[in-house]
Amino acid sequence: MSIKRKVWKYGDDVNTDVIFPGKYTYTITDPKEMAIYALEDLDPKFAKEVKKEDIIVAGRNFGCGSSREQAATCLKYAGVGAIVAKSFSRIFFRNAINQGLPLVQCKEAVENISSGETITIDFEKGELSCKKDIFKFPPLPESVLGILKDGGLIPHTKKILKIKEGK
Amino acid sequence: MGKTFAEKILALKSGKKSVIVGEIVTVSPDIVMSHDNTAAIAKKFKQIGIDKVKHPEKIVIPLDHCVPAATEKYAANHKEIREFVQEQKIKNFYDINTGICHQVLPEKGHIIPGSLILGADSHTTTYGAFGAFSTGIGRSEVASIWATDEIWLRVPEAIKINIEGEIPSGIYPKDIILHIIGDLGADGALYKAVEFSGKVVKEMDNGGRMTLCNMAVEIGAKIGYVEPDERTIQWLAPKTNKKYEIIKSDDDAEFEKIIDYDISGLEPQVACPHTVDNVKPVSKVAGTKFNQALIGTCTNGRIEDLKIASKILRGKKISNGVRLLVFPASMEVFAQAMELGILQELVKSGAVIMNPGCGPCLGAHEGALASGEVCLSTANRNFKGRMGCKEAEVYLASPATVAISSLYGEITDITRDLK
Repeated sequence: MSIKRKVWKYGDDVNTDVIFPGKYTYTITDPKEMAIYALEDLDPKFAKEVKKEDIIVAGRNFGCGSSREQAATCLKYAGVGAIVAKSFSRIFFRNAINQGLPLVQCKEAVENISSGETITIDFEKGELSCKKDIFKFPPLPESVLGILKDGGLIPHTKKILKIKEGK
Repeated sequence: MGKTFAEKILALKSGKKSVIVGEIVTVSPDIVMSHDNTAAIAKKFKQIGIDKVKHPEKIVIPLDHCVPAATEKYAANHKEIREFVQEQKIKNFYDINTGICHQVLPEKGHIIPGSLILGADSHTTTYGAFGAFSTGIGRSEVASIWATDEIWLRVPEAIKINIEGEIPSGIYPKDIILHIIGDLGADGALYKAVEFSGKVVKEMDNGGRMTLCNMAVEIGAKIGYVEPDERTIQWLAPKTNKKYEIIKSDDDAEFEKIIDYDISGLEPQVACPHTVDNVKPVSKVAGTKFNQALIGTCTNGRIEDLKIASKILRGKKISNGVRLLVFPASMEVFAQAMELGILQELVKSGAVIMNPGCGPCLGAHEGALASGEVCLSTANRNFKGRMGCKEAEVYLASPATVAISSLYGEITDITRDLK
């Protein structure tokens, strides 16, 4: 599995309120509608211009703040193919995996990528290529990768329960 | 080498003899909490393709984020939750007349030392104040736990934060945790188990310890934790008859870092827009005008907080042009404040007493801000757009700072009046 797409670059501590404002958390329930508001309070043009599989590259602590899963859901449904960051906030990390949205933690790569450039990520090889260089990143733990491969936690749990039933 | 609290409890809950930092374990939680997001979780649960939750007795659901319902959409959301609760025979459901989840769960006896609590809310870290391993998870994860009674967790490294010294007059637990957040930064304890200890924590009331653990997530922590003591046991005694075992770090446990703070000279602290770690002493921003003041939320809406505020406001009027909203964290707090005459005093000072709940903290209702407005709040987040408008500003401070500032209509250093 690999993707080659355009980069949208942001800074440190991109929080869940600017990714998906709290005022929408209980009124917007359709993931496609969530996508319209993705990054609304950080970059209003993002949701309008983002293309399928585009990649977000950001600094430290991406997704800090609330546990709202919609922060990951809105990005997934806006078309985001992966997020590369220096580090991720704990709950956002889980939420993204659980939505089937791949994450790459690679500080050196982030420092060498510019907004708007096209980068390639090979998830199996654990390799990210940008204009400046090629960077290695550690693969996700096997159990976590399984969730991602199944397309998220809900389909994953469904599969696990079916396997158990079958036994 | 000894083990930390996190290592010990995750070994216990995963049925292993011992675990090591970095290990991924499968655990079965004791309590799973969700709130107004329960309807959305129920939809995900149904997608899994089973009808009944595995352990209804482990599920606790308080409605708090937008109570009573602000609009038809919120009302429909609450209705779906009530129907789901009935259908699944979930006993521990608390309707809109109860309060904020993080106040309600301990009050109603759901939290005991040595328990594993997972909640669909980032401030679930609060219950570490009672020696629980307690952290936030997402909606899909709650749905999955309802179905399987299992979840994966990584065993976190631990950081110890020692808070020593004498608390200066006018300084409260909120000032201490804001100071720590400002010092360590928003990712200063990312993924870590943070243990608060030291003389100041030992002498701190349970409400203060809840404030520390509540905001541990603002430095990225997985959990906040205070070692249970006699104070904890006494607080819990009238609330629960569940048996519990106190789990604590061994004396020779390995901490990734031990950070010492002496707070003897600490000034009142304020988190300035638009990040929680943008912390300054109040004296540096004194004189900043604001439109709305808020005392409440899961961080500072407890009886201890209302007592402090009413003592400062007693017999005085808040400044013209400032609106002061007070949200007791729960109906129990509300009733207690009423009995003590605190609510009457606050009303006389010009405060608007609101119903227990999250209020405008997340910008949904009951005091959202307009463009260009400034709010001084006892809440835990001040991100852009947090209180409903991205052109508004939110400052975070202690209940004492919010109360004294409401009298002057500008951010005020409470120690100025004490000097």
